[in-house]
Amino acid sequence: MSEKQPLIQVKHLKQYFDINMGFGKAKPLKAVDDISFDIMEGETLGLVGESGCGKTTAGRSILHLYKPTSGEVIFNGKPIKTKKDIAELRTKATMVFQDPYSSLDPRMTVMDIIAEPLDINVAYNAAYKDKEKRRERVLQLMDYVGLNSEHAARYAHEFSGGQRQRVGIARALAVNPDFIVCDEPVSALDVSIQAQVINMFADLKEKIGLTYLFIAHDLLVVRHISDRIAVMYLGHMVELASAKDIYDRPLHPYSKALISAVPVPDPKVAKANKRIALTGEIPSPLNAPKGCPFNTRCPYATDQCRETMPEFREIEKGRFVACHRAEELNS
Amino acid sequence: MALLEVKGLHTSFFTDAGEVKAVNGVSFDLDYGKVLGIVGESGSGKSVTAYSIMQILAPTGKIVSGSIKFDGQELVGAGEKVMKDIRGNKISIIFQDPMTSLNPTYTIGRQLMEAITLHTDRNKEQARERAIEMLKLVNVNEPEKRMKQYPYEFSGGMRQRVMIAMALACEPDILIADEPTTALDVTIQAGILELMKDIQKKMGMAIIMITHDLGVVAQLCDEVIVMYAGSICEQGTENEIFYNPCHEYTKGLMRSIPTIEKDDSRLEPITGTPIDLLNMPKGCPFAPRCDNAMKICLTRSCERIQINDYHQAACWMNVKKAAEEGKLDELTAARSEAEREGTVSADE
Repeated sequence: MSEKQPLIQVKHLKQYFDINMGFGKAKPLKAVDDISFDIMEGETLGLVGESGCGKTTAGRSILHLYKPTSGEVIFNGKPIKTKKDIAELRTKATMVFQDPYSSLDPRMTVMDIIAEPLDINVAYNAAYKDKEKRRERVLQLMDYVGLNSEHAARYAHEFSGGQRQRVGIARALAVNPDFIVCDEPVSALDVSIQAQVINMFADLKEKIGLTYLFIAHDLLVVRHISDRIAVMYLGHMVELASAKDIYDRPLHPYSKALISAVPVPDPKVAKANKRIALTGEIPSPLNAPKGCPFNTRCPYATDQCRETMPEFREIEKGRFVACHRAEELNS
Repeated sequence: MALLEVKGLHTSFFTDAGEVKAVNGVSFDLDYGKVLGIVGESGSGKSVTAYSIMQILAPTGKIVSGSIKFDGQELVGAGEKVMKDIRGNKISIIFQDPMTSLNPTYTIGRQLMEAITLHTDRNKEQARERAIEMLKLVNVNEPEKRMKQYPYEFSGGMRQRVMIAMALACEPDILIADEPTTALDVTIQAGILELMKDIQKKMGMAIIMITHDLGVVAQLCDEVIVMYAGSICEQGTENEIFYNPCHEYTKGLMRSIPTIEKDDSRLEPITGTPIDLLNMPKGCPFAPRCDNAMKICLTRSCERIQINDYHQAACWMNVKKAAEEGKLDELTAARSEAEREGTVSADE
């Protein structure tokens, strides 16, 4: 991995939303609060965390679907700043959404859904003006994702969840992107279909040379598909390491609890596992605690944790963690 | 006598498009104090089985045939009066989404007390005490204060705890949990599952755990039923199902889930698409997706075959395997049929 260049560099990305508190007052909801990481070319970075931790927002901010509050996203060495940069980014980076039911227009045929990025994008609409060419490209894309060419004239409602997700993926591939943000792409699918789609993601990566940001809450799926995994909590990134390291030896107390809570589909392992119980609930991002975001639930929290925000630092080669006591707790 | 005996249960939904046979001949027994897991994908009939037991089916749904006996009492056709006494009192159910199961306009306390006063002759003050006691049992902090709050003031995990408290307030013999943790985060899910395990030990009720997540089953259950397209494919003790699966569908499921050990290897998915309940195939419902389907699988569905004392599976592969090993005599259920058809030898 070391010889590879970072395709995406995210630097101090912040995404705040103003929440109307009534009486003309607004309060910032810090959905993503200062995260920094790189995604190498050809890599799959898994992004995990519980609901409300900001993982989806992070994915969307990187693609500039929201205008980031501050921070920088550098794509292929080029910072994304102007509208033109964003338009260009749209031809290189796309997204697959979670819900294959609501992310496809029910009044469009599969052909039109998949071709829509080509129709809209200035860089492509000239090249695919020709009906035959456009059709050819769509059929090629459908072939990539394992859909039958005869399905092109059908509407989304005629498909099962797994097939719809394939349509969504074909649409994401239409502009020939280098990078795809996959936002919980398999969580709405049945177990037996999940495996089909996961394998397809792996195949496409090989075939087209894609880079993924794979957002999911199912840790076993993320573990399977990712090279590296980042764990988020309350808008912050708390740990980043290779998929194997993070499972074998998580360093951050939150990652430890999260991984110990994964229901392992093996009774002997499940019964032997000692779960690290977390007390309390995830705090509201409107009232994030002072200091380390995890200090309210962390069994090891000290006064320092309650006062100062730990820095996201590399404590071993390739292992980043945001915890004051990381060395001490893991020695 | 088992606590709950379900025999040959058929439940259908009569829709404009035709009869949807959601449950096709499901039979199982549930003993006191056991945790039974029912696993299956969407449309496998696992929830409909539970709703049939409670008789809370949608208006188009109907139990077509079969028998459900609770403690020796027949529930099918027993009438609403009997069912009212059973529901929430003898058999309770909790649902996937704890938000829609609670009434947003009433306080938690009022809803808990309603369940208690309805089924017992406790007065209001006693019901209040009981409600607070139940909230303590499910580890809700400051129960007195929480009683006065509304559902929106509770997080998802806390709401599910309230639902469990409500379901258990009348000390039912059976708790049916329909995907109770699917809407929750993993750390919260682990807490709820642990809570259910603890309470089960304390109160000794039987649990029917309906889920699509084999991980949840592995943590909680004594016995497992695997369902596909409205029928039971396989049933057995937890260890038998996980370590000795004997139905091709179960085997496929086990292969298709990522595990921590199965590192970088490719997953082995089950091919094909889920079944359309309006157009059920002849023969074994899983045959169109089964890699090892034989001729007989396409024409005849397999009866349940006794694999051993703790394990039954409805798959012709077991007949084939037994024939190969010369142990056909030991198979009880499907033997005579298979021989009559001459299929076992014809297919080898």
